[in-house]
Amino acid sequence: MLLIHCPYCDETLPELEFAYAGEAHIARPADPSKLSDEEWRDFLFIRTNPKGVHFERWRHINGCGRFFNAVRETVGDKFLSTYEAGEPRPDVATLTGEAK
Amino acid sequence: MTHFSFAQVIKGALTGQKNWTAQWPDREPKASYDVVIVGAGGHGLGAAYYLAKEHGITNVAVIDKGWLGGGNTGRNTTIIRSNYLYDESARLYDHALDLWENLSQDLNYNVMYSKRGVMMLAHNVHDVQSFQRHVHSNRLNGVDNQWLSAAEAKAFCPPLDLNPKARYPVMGAALQRRAGTARHDAVAWGYARGAAARGVDIIQNCPVTAIRRGPDGRVTGVETAKGFIAAKKVAVSAAGHTSVVMETAGVRLPLESYPLQALVSEPIKPIFPCVAMSNSVHAYISQSDKGELVIGSGTDQYVSYSQRGGLPLIEHTLAAICEIFPIFRRMRMLRKWGGIVDVTPDRSAILGKTPVPGLYVNCGWGTGGFKATPGAAHVLAHTVAKDEPHPINAPFTLERFTTGRLIDEAAAAAVAH
Repeated sequence: MLLIHCPYCDETLPELEFAYAGEAHIARPADPSKLSDEEWRDFLFIRTNPKGVHFERWRHINGCGRFFNAVRETVGDKFLSTYEAGEPRPDVATLTGEAK
Repeated sequence: MTHFSFAQVIKGALTGQKNWTAQWPDREPKASYDVVIVGAGGHGLGAAYYLAKEHGITNVAVIDKGWLGGGNTGRNTTIIRSNYLYDESARLYDHALDLWENLSQDLNYNVMYSKRGVMMLAHNVHDVQSFQRHVHSNRLNGVDNQWLSAAEAKAFCPPLDLNPKARYPVMGAALQRRAGTARHDAVAWGYARGAAARGVDIIQNCPVTAIRRGPDGRVTGVETAKGFIAAKKVAVSAAGHTSVVMETAGVRLPLESYPLQALVSEPIKPIFPCVAMSNSVHAYISQSDKGELVIGSGTDQYVSYSQRGGLPLIEHTLAAICEIFPIFRRMRMLRKWGGIVDVTPDRSAILGKTPVPGLYVNCGWGTGGFKATPGAAHVLAHTVAKDEPHPINAPFTLERFTTGRLIDEAAAAAVAH
């Protein structure tokens, strides 16, 4: 079971307290009516799906109920960092450097 | 290649079993091929087999990063059925079922296809209505499916608990009698043997690291651990790793990869006559010919390539199995494993051409690709050979995510299937 750190509660808790909420940093288009079909496809359906470092949203559903972002490595499922929603994407090189 | 027959068995018995030959040679790659297929699972090997057998294209290589049939082909719970709601899916999966029926004879290899029936249990009014809608839809499409009352379901599958106070009461079931199981390893081996006998090279333990394209955008070949292999056409059938491979060709796919788990119990005497599935509580159970109960669990909620999966899912599945079949409460589980499944937003496969000339893809089978193996392989071979989709896979395009013409089995089945 994954152990996930909630940046709001500042506690590391079992995965069962959390709900996964898809890839992070996908901004809703500012002017949706201007989008082409291809741009809609990319926004709605195309995901990075990396074998490696993944930026993703989680929700502390059985806790504070808030959404936050996480950086996880998808082969070993190791969390590199979690951070509050709205913060910019952390630098992966720094994170993986720290992980070693 | 030895043709298997009763006479060969007798001959083997009389000659000390020394007359058997290797079923397929493990090849080193040639410099170039007409077609390279990435991924030596049932789908990829099957496509090579049908390319050679039906389209006369034998200068084909099937390349895998591991051993053949070592991915999801060898990790699934071997369930075969075709009772899908939508017309497009019903045609595709029923095409596969038609091929399953005669596959052992066609391949001269026993894939142990067993038409034991797949029963989908309804636990509440919504399930009843939804499954009856499936039954009607299937019958309009000529797909075998029938509605059973709770008593009829119990008669068909005696281990079922009909206690009205059960946590998950059984209110009836949809039964597809043509559905059942097959031996998954034998499917990969049978196709490998059939393809190799027709001249296809099977290259194992050779990861494909990139797909190469020429200045005109057309596919030129694949970069592998054993060097560059030129190819006029490339078909990718790499399950959970399809998006990783396709990205190297500049094609981004609407796929996310999740671990899907399964587990088996200790072996016991024959007790479970069919396949029982319970969509609303996520439990899939059948008994293998070795006697183990084969149990399918769900996908983890997060993207991962770990091939393990989380324990909470296993617990959830076993809790449901124990409620529906109390007879199994004291059984012990022997082992569990995970495979990485590629899931599309509409839970239907992507099978056909891509924006890159000469590049074809067969992916997005999610949690239910095994049942489609012969059908998917057959229409993929057609698509590669003719450079246009077979009428059966024509709706399963990549373009549907742009046009919005989805085949929304996600809503239809309510769970990944």
